[in-house]
Amino acid sequence: MSDPATVEEDITPAEIPLHQRLGLTDDEYDSIRRILDRDPSQAELAMYSVMWSEHCSYKSSRLHLRRLPTAAPWVVVGPGENAGVIDIGDGWYAALRIESHNHPSWVEPYQGAATGVGGIIRDVFTMGARPIALWDSIRFGPLGQSRNRYLLKGVVGGIAGYGNAVGVPTVGGEIGFAEQYTNNPLVNVMCLGLMRREQLVLARSGPPGTRAILLGAATGRDGIGGASLLASASFDANSGRKRPSVQVGDPFEEKKLIEACLELYERGLVIGVQDLGAAGLSCAAAEPVAKSGMGIDLDLDQVHVREPDMNAVEMLMSESQERMMAFVSPDKVDQVLAVASKWEIMAAVVGTVAHHKEVRVSQYGEVVARLPAQSLVEGAPRYERPSGEPQWMEDLWSNTVKFVAQPAIATALMQMLDEPGLGSKAWAYQQYDHMLFLNTVVGPGHDATLLRVQGTSKGLALSVDGDGRLCHLDPRRGAARLVYEGALQVALTGAKPMAVVDNLNLGNPEKTEVMWQLRETIEGIAEACEALGLPVIGGNVSLYNETDGIDILPTPVVGVLGLADPMPRPPPLLDRAESGMELWLFGTEWTINLAGSAFELVTFAHVGGRPTAPDPTAARAALQAGHALAQGGLAPVLHDISGGGLAIAVAEVAIASGVGATVRYSDWRHLFCEDPHRFIAAIPAANTTRVAEVAAASGIPAAPIGEFGGSEIVFDRNGVRAALDLDVARRTWDQALRRRLA
Amino acid sequence: MIARIEIIRRPEIADPEGVTVVRALHDLGFNEVIRARFDRVITLEVSGSSTEAVKAKVNEMCRQLLANPVLEDFRVVIGE
Amino acid sequence: MNRIAVVVFPGTNCEQDTVRSLRSLGAEAELVWHRQDRLDDFDGVVLPGGFAHGDYLRTGAIARLSPVMGPLTEMARHGRPVLGICNGFQILCEAGLLPGALIANAGLAFICRWVEVEVISERSMLTSLLHPGQILKIPLNSYKGNYVDPGRSGRVVMRYVDDPNGSQDQAAAVSNQEGNVVGVMPHPERGSDELLGSSDGLALLESFLAASRVGAGV
Repeated sequence: MSDPATVEEDITPAEIPLHQRLGLTDDEYDSIRRILDRDPSQAELAMYSVMWSEHCSYKSSRLHLRRLPTAAPWVVVGPGENAGVIDIGDGWYAALRIESHNHPSWVEPYQGAATGVGGIIRDVFTMGARPIALWDSIRFGPLGQSRNRYLLKGVVGGIAGYGNAVGVPTVGGEIGFAEQYTNNPLVNVMCLGLMRREQLVLARSGPPGTRAILLGAATGRDGIGGASLLASASFDANSGRKRPSVQVGDPFEEKKLIEACLELYERGLVIGVQDLGAAGLSCAAAEPVAKSGMGIDLDLDQVHVREPDMNAVEMLMSESQERMMAFVSPDKVDQVLAVASKWEIMAAVVGTVAHHKEVRVSQYGEVVARLPAQSLVEGAPRYERPSGEPQWMEDLWSNTVKFVAQPAIATALMQMLDEPGLGSKAWAYQQYDHMLFLNTVVGPGHDATLLRVQGTSKGLALSVDGDGRLCHLDPRRGAARLVYEGALQVALTGAKPMAVVDNLNLGNPEKTEVMWQLRETIEGIAEACEALGLPVIGGNVSLYNETDGIDILPTPVVGVLGLADPMPRPPPLLDRAESGMELWLFGTEWTINLAGSAFELVTFAHVGGRPTAPDPTAARAALQAGHALAQGGLAPVLHDISGGGLAIAVAEVAIASGVGATVRYSDWRHLFCEDPHRFIAAIPAANTTRVAEVAAASGIPAAPIGEFGGSEIVFDRNGVRAALDLDVARRTWDQALRRRLA
Repeated sequence: MIARIEIIRRPEIADPEGVTVVRALHDLGFNEVIRARFDRVITLEVSGSSTEAVKAKVNEMCRQLLANPVLEDFRVVIGE
Repeated sequence: MNRIAVVVFPGTNCEQDTVRSLRSLGAEAELVWHRQDRLDDFDGVVLPGGFAHGDYLRTGAIARLSPVMGPLTEMARHGRPVLGICNGFQILCEAGLLPGALIANAGLAFICRWVEVEVISERSMLTSLLHPGQILKIPLNSYKGNYVDPGRSGRVVMRYVDDPNGSQDQAAAVSNQEGNVVGVMPHPERGSDELLGSSDGLALLESFLAASRVGAGV
């Protein structure tokens, strides 16, 4: 390879074989030799190295992902394509995908996050859908360290810079903090697209003779080997030298590409489309033909390049952004080129689909690679890595705090409001255009997002939730609870949950405890999805989030998509509480399990104990009740109880609404317990009878526990009051993140 | 010929980036910094044999497109 | 019936929102591609928000060279209503149809949030149906929303109640002397539905449409 800035620094080439430098194991190399029945060429090795990388092939997780339920009558496209697609009725399809861009964001936060946004948008419009909304779920080490502040600012800047300029609103998300993310920040991005059913396009190549047209940005040396080098490798002190491998995004180019592709779809000019993400040209050429049982003749001389003298290896590994491959029938090629020209994007016919089932690549008139297409796509090894419950789980579960006295409630709550993970995220989301397209009915700062579908009575609700702390304490219970939490948030907007996407972020899978965490999180998600009848329509696995031997907390991030038909107008919002309304609690009987709670972490720097297991019956009751209350317009405010427990949930409503609240309780632990399947509501006095009927019909315990009014947030135990001034609470909550970034 | 164009921010125009950079340098202990201004450099490769002719053309490019007279002045240097 | 042209450059993204809002008020709004060099039969023109030409070189610098800007300038000279929203405001300044320029927000961050603006003058086709002192709630969504006008020849017709970005005189909307060319930084079309937060922006669009129904000038 001729690019000196990536793989070869500090290494004597003669000592380390090329396949190892490209991230392939000796066993994988032997597999390749068996497949080809000869030694592979450099170009062939390059293609296998990117296609068989962990990031592209899921070789460590694929076997286990089969556990996830993926079928439902409304699923049009399940896992395995660029995005999952569901039928939302009236001729409309919704496409959804979630992806991670963790390692590049550590190396270069702005561009890592920006190109993550670009990539996920492409996955969605590759299916024929117009991308209409983005969510970001991002995690960092504590903000006391300047590098973590630098990473947070860079990542948010990159998401804003790219998302705003490409013209897709970022309408929701979450920001979390924990020590274990310090050298392994997590950047997960989710994208929703909308299309008429006729517009659906799959990654298929069509019959022999079909032309492969490369559209978009020129191919350069960006991210050479990023898939194999960055996403699949852990970091150490030398990782700074991997910097040149990070891709640089151009949102303007992507915007033009979106409009050009949508025009191609509308006019029926393409047979199939594949975006060029990780594994660039190698993937875009191989996957569609493999899926169609075909082969392809690819001519690298036709590829428009940014730099002269790129060799075949570089061109096949390049991860230059903003490129798509369209498969076009020969009689439509001129029209496609004309559309590209109108939108001022480059386009070139770079290949032809063939009968032979190989990927044959030529450069300067010579064949430089010739290998079976299926072997690239399906031939990656599937590892069943050993897994085992770590010995420290039992210790962790028995490590509970014994409280000898009731802590000062108001003080504890103020500390929690001042926590960047719990406080206002406005610093971030006010940098995101969250209003474009005029669909955002419930936007950032709420639980689930609610988007209207213009021209219909429908609304689409989406939530995105992750929790490393909870899943560290119990990966199965934690992951299951994330699905239930997301589904409940969706139901509280008046929507019915329909589909799930998941992004699993874990450490080094070569460790048995990490593989155990992977299997347990998958099992938890599967159990919850089965209990709720929810199909998983897509997902992503990011492994090797480990630095200097320390793994991140197992952090599954779950996205839940729901359909509201009709969409409640207006929907419940956090700021609609008014003086005189009753405060109701819906959910299981009071529990006092504080394991994994923000309260224990913030006030005692303690993480321990075993989180309460979810209860499918209680979960379904909560979904039914929440949905009915929202649809019936009975509750102006509905808010699920999660991080921080009841106390934080009430404080958030009081702050948003600008009105105080009084909560009556008997055991202080009820205020901070984070057990699942519970929510609060602001209920006007006139509605209380009907609300009680809804609760009874749903089988969920529900009762008034206080009221709204006054200028304080009050916690009252049999007349003993702990109070917070509302203004002080609001200012603290508002500044929690902001002041640490000034 | 190579035309090196400096697009210079006019002093009366607010420069939030300049202000921010000065603050950051002071935070790092470089208190001797009094002011910072963000300008830009554009390098053009232009065909032509006469330095005067090329310079006149490049000046015209600056007037018509490359510099916004409300915000910026420009300076052109022609080299090989 | 007024026909309004809403111009689309590569990188523009608010055109559909703008068309929809205008149509909801009864106007015939049509998308016009930037390469079109005629604007016959249009009563008014809107340059919507977005990132025309990726904001490369300077925001609006390349957009003002597009063929459509020729007939647009003619319409402006003939007193027809020309409205620039956000990126459109930037383009009008670059084209010399409005004085001054837009630079980075003082806080050097993109701002997307609701702001309150106060009407300063009703003598512009954006504010003709309102009265001075009236307060409107509409969304601001920009990085280069900071208005500077060293020559002080712009007429500020709306200003921010609280300074969000360092704009000179807290200018939120600026008009030419005749009142028919107006640039506004916050987005009236985003404040056009109570369900989404406020419909105060409709009054501004209605003023613009009223002016386009009449003859030249205000």
